[in-house]
Amino acid sequence: MSYIKKSPWLVHYDGSSCNGCDIEVLACLTPLYDVERFGIVNTGNPKHADIFLVTGGVNAQNLPVVKQIYEQMPEPKVVIAVGACACTGGVFHDCYNMIGGMDKAIPVDVYVPGCAARPEAIIDGVVKGLAVLEEKQKAVAVLAERAEEERETVLEPTVAMHKQQEAKK
Amino acid sequence: MSEIVFNIISGIAYLVLAPVVGGLLAGVDRKISARMQRRVGPPLLQPFYDFFKLWGKQPIAVNEAQSFYVFGFLLFVIISGLFFFTQGDILLVVFTLTMASVCFIVAAYSSNSPFSQVGAERELVQTMAYEPMLLLVALGFYLNCGSFSIETILNAPHMNFIYMPGIFVGLCYILLIKFRKSPFDLSMSHEAHQELIQGVVTEISGRTLALIELAHWYENVFLLGFVYLFFAWSATWSPVLGLAMCALTYFNDILIDNCCSRVKWEHMLASTWLVTLVAGFVNIMFLMYMR
Repeated sequence: MSYIKKSPWLVHYDGSSCNGCDIEVLACLTPLYDVERFGIVNTGNPKHADIFLVTGGVNAQNLPVVKQIYEQMPEPKVVIAVGACACTGGVFHDCYNMIGGMDKAIPVDVYVPGCAARPEAIIDGVVKGLAVLEEKQKAVAVLAERAEEERETVLEPTVAMHKQQEAKK
Repeated sequence: MSEIVFNIISGIAYLVLAPVVGGLLAGVDRKISARMQRRVGPPLLQPFYDFFKLWGKQPIAVNEAQSFYVFGFLLFVIISGLFFFTQGDILLVVFTLTMASVCFIVAAYSSNSPFSQVGAERELVQTMAYEPMLLLVALGFYLNCGSFSIETILNAPHMNFIYMPGIFVGLCYILLIKFRKSPFDLSMSHEAHQELIQGVVTEISGRTLALIELAHWYENVFLLGFVYLFFAWSATWSPVLGLAMCALTYFNDILIDNCCSRVKWEHMLASTWLVTLVAGFVNIMFLMYMR
């Protein structure tokens, strides 16, 4: 049973946008949409977050900020780009300082289109992100197992050999 | 001999059941808070989902010492709870609880993050605010029952509340700080996730954060035990009254939490000490006069 799907905590960052999507994200927390029903918590701390929700595109100034938030989040983590600007750069794509959509800075898992994206679309995007999150958790577990096996074969060869013999039996 | 066996059983029951009860209390808290804000709210078992999720996250530690101190926090909370539920010495419970909060504060201080440091300082101020009242609670029980032993307190000839209403009011006041409820959720809060208020736990993530949640569940259960002591005496139906008053106190704290905004730390310190002085100290004087 995967608990990560039942308790996704998200950190929200607003890049260069008009703040329209920003307000729609906050609207998700209101009694009308109430994302806490799904155990979603809007935390301000990247170290506690599982989902990185970004609105707005990436420009020269916020590029290091976005990267740092992403790097501070512990695995498994998912990035959701909300709104036209976060997906492609939107109306700002031709500006002199714009680099483009969020995927120019960090790997994005789910794209939520819209200008501004509606709360329903954002919640739908987060739910899609949960499936990716679960997949990633499995991948992380496999990687950890592999790393443990490798450590064993290097540092404790006799234990590893014994385990292999047991497996053959 | 049977008393020792009973104490061991209740100690083990505390170890096993306290996290379950504490987690459920946290779930009820979130549900009731949501209903008070006209929201549906998370499922009742949400705190447990959060706990197991945090347990499975990638461990990121800012330094080696932090998880050691957090573990110390959990350990001292469990030990003070054990003293409480094996009907030990109430003064010992209060002092062991102080050790736990010291560990918690040092865990926050161990990281260089300014948010964490501010959180630690605020936690120190909170400790300074509630500690005198906790001592007065222990002292009040001693003056009223003639012993610090919880066993004697539980078998008092009459309800303790009748002689210590002021001390009970003071305890309810500091319970708001201990449960980390508004208006006194200065060092860390379960609601305002966007602020400085993440404080103490800013640099703590994954499994270590899960341990802190667990410690809070243990802590909340035996803090409600203090409320129980006020309404327990030798009568057979007193446990029912005690548990009902625990539930009422908890509900009251949730209600206040949803009605109040956060106060400044100066106001918290001044008001807590005022309540301690007026309600607690006057009650103590009364008890000393009665003897």
